[in-house]
Amino acid sequence: MDFYLTALLQGLCYAGIAYGIYISMKIFNIPDITTDGSYALGGVVTGALLTHNEPGYIILPAVVLAGALAGALTGFIHTKLKINALLAGILVMTALYSVNLTILGRSNVPLLTMPTLFTSIVVTTNVNQNSLFILLAFVALVTIIIGYLLKTDFGIAMRATGNSEPMIRALGVNTDRMKIIGLAIANALTALSGYLIAQQQGFADISMGIGIVIVGLGSVIIAETVINWLQITSVWLSLLLVLAGAIIFQFVLAFTLSIGVDANLLKLITAIFVLIIVGLPRLTTRSE
Amino acid sequence: MINLENVSKTFNTGKPNQVNAVEGVSLQINSGEFVVIVGANGSGKTTLLNLVAGNTLSQGGKILIENTDVTRLPEYDRTKWIARIFQNPLLGTASELSIIDNFRLAALRTRRKGLSIGKNDAFKEQVRQKVASLRMGLENKLEQPIGTLSGGQRQALTLLMSVMDECKILLLDEPTAALDPKSAVNVMAIADNLIKENNLTAVLITHNLRDAINYGTRVIQMSEGKVIRDIAGEEKAKINQNELFSWFD
Repeated sequence: MDFYLTALLQGLCYAGIAYGIYISMKIFNIPDITTDGSYALGGVVTGALLTHNEPGYIILPAVVLAGALAGALTGFIHTKLKINALLAGILVMTALYSVNLTILGRSNVPLLTMPTLFTSIVVTTNVNQNSLFILLAFVALVTIIIGYLLKTDFGIAMRATGNSEPMIRALGVNTDRMKIIGLAIANALTALSGYLIAQQQGFADISMGIGIVIVGLGSVIIAETVINWLQITSVWLSLLLVLAGAIIFQFVLAFTLSIGVDANLLKLITAIFVLIIVGLPRLTTRSE
Repeated sequence: MINLENVSKTFNTGKPNQVNAVEGVSLQINSGEFVVIVGANGSGKTTLLNLVAGNTLSQGGKILIENTDVTRLPEYDRTKWIARIFQNPLLGTASELSIIDNFRLAALRTRRKGLSIGKNDAFKEQVRQKVASLRMGLENKLEQPIGTLSGGQRQALTLLMSVMDECKILLLDEPTAALDPKSAVNVMAIADNLIKENNLTAVLITHNLRDAINYGTRVIQMSEGKVIRDIAGEEKAKINQNELFSWFD
């Protein structure tokens, strides 16, 4: 049972990445893979600041700002230098590897003894349950902020930017600026996942981001399958499905491990799992 | 209202496929005028419209709107004067967004899209009434993605959207080219009404010579990037279809 509770905690931690990918991929239609770098950036900023005994109210804004900067940089390279979004993301992600190493000072920093987000508030004495409460509150807050943002006039303009650029430009929106802001928000959310995971697992590692983009993609694709299937247009429902996607994704991985699959094969299993959820709807529509 | 002074646009400068889309055009369009532009394909009509809209920037020359120099202003900064209707109905609306979301953005064309929720009940009621005036039965489908509507319906809605916010200039680039004949007639009638009701300055590009005769207060013919005919007022009213047709010989 504890096994699945851990998976749930992980899924909640990954909600940030899932929302980030949802914004970049589904709302802006930009394949952004700065993710790997900005996730690790969130983790190492948390680790570095915690070891310097900085208080939580400094760490959280610092993580958000760092992630936003990384995303804005990708956005800037993509829109102003007219470089393919995928390449722009790879460039920033690669550069971030060195940045992360510089920030952290070494490749791994343990945080187990530090006063983290999860030790600062005590609701129950059971560590995992306590983390669950904190994570639920944290993710609920993030969901409400993103949901509200998408409902505002600015949010509608964001959604239109990814949908019909000529239209939204003719309605007075600077689409380049909009994309830069969008990628900044997406990567700030991704960095939040790094922030949570580093504190939840008790260490920051510069290689923690490798291949993490698949977690966000998988979550969004699970959500998208349901969204298309039930033709959901509500912003709130879509966000909740993305969150559910992130949790389901971790459950599937936990399940694979629990039936005794070699942990070294985990990334392979992850890739195959995502392939199945992407491929299945297409295969079934073709046979109709 | 709109002053073009010697504007030009050349594509692929210096290459074998160089195109002088617009060559030194000077044009003054007065407030309240409804200008129809005709001309063969490749005569520079759309490029001229794009220069006014700011979609492409002029090489040399000057563009003034209400005596403000907008020559270097990007498209999104000219929207405080200009609303556009595209040839492709898909371009003028965001298909995955609902009708109401599309109207919300149109209502903010000249203003900032801020961090407040402007799509309230009062706004929805306002849109419902406007959309009902089209008599297409769309007023009960405001939450539906606009992409589920037909091209004619979308084009009619785009026209309504253009006057949701203060609008002085309406640019229409073959707004009916992608529509069936009946929808085309309908959309042109709606456009003409809106232009008259709101006293807009309008520029219409069309290949439909009947529209060129029926609508507008002035007709301009373009050929190879230049204005070769410019007829306004009573003279414009006297032009018949045969005469217009002979322009293309």
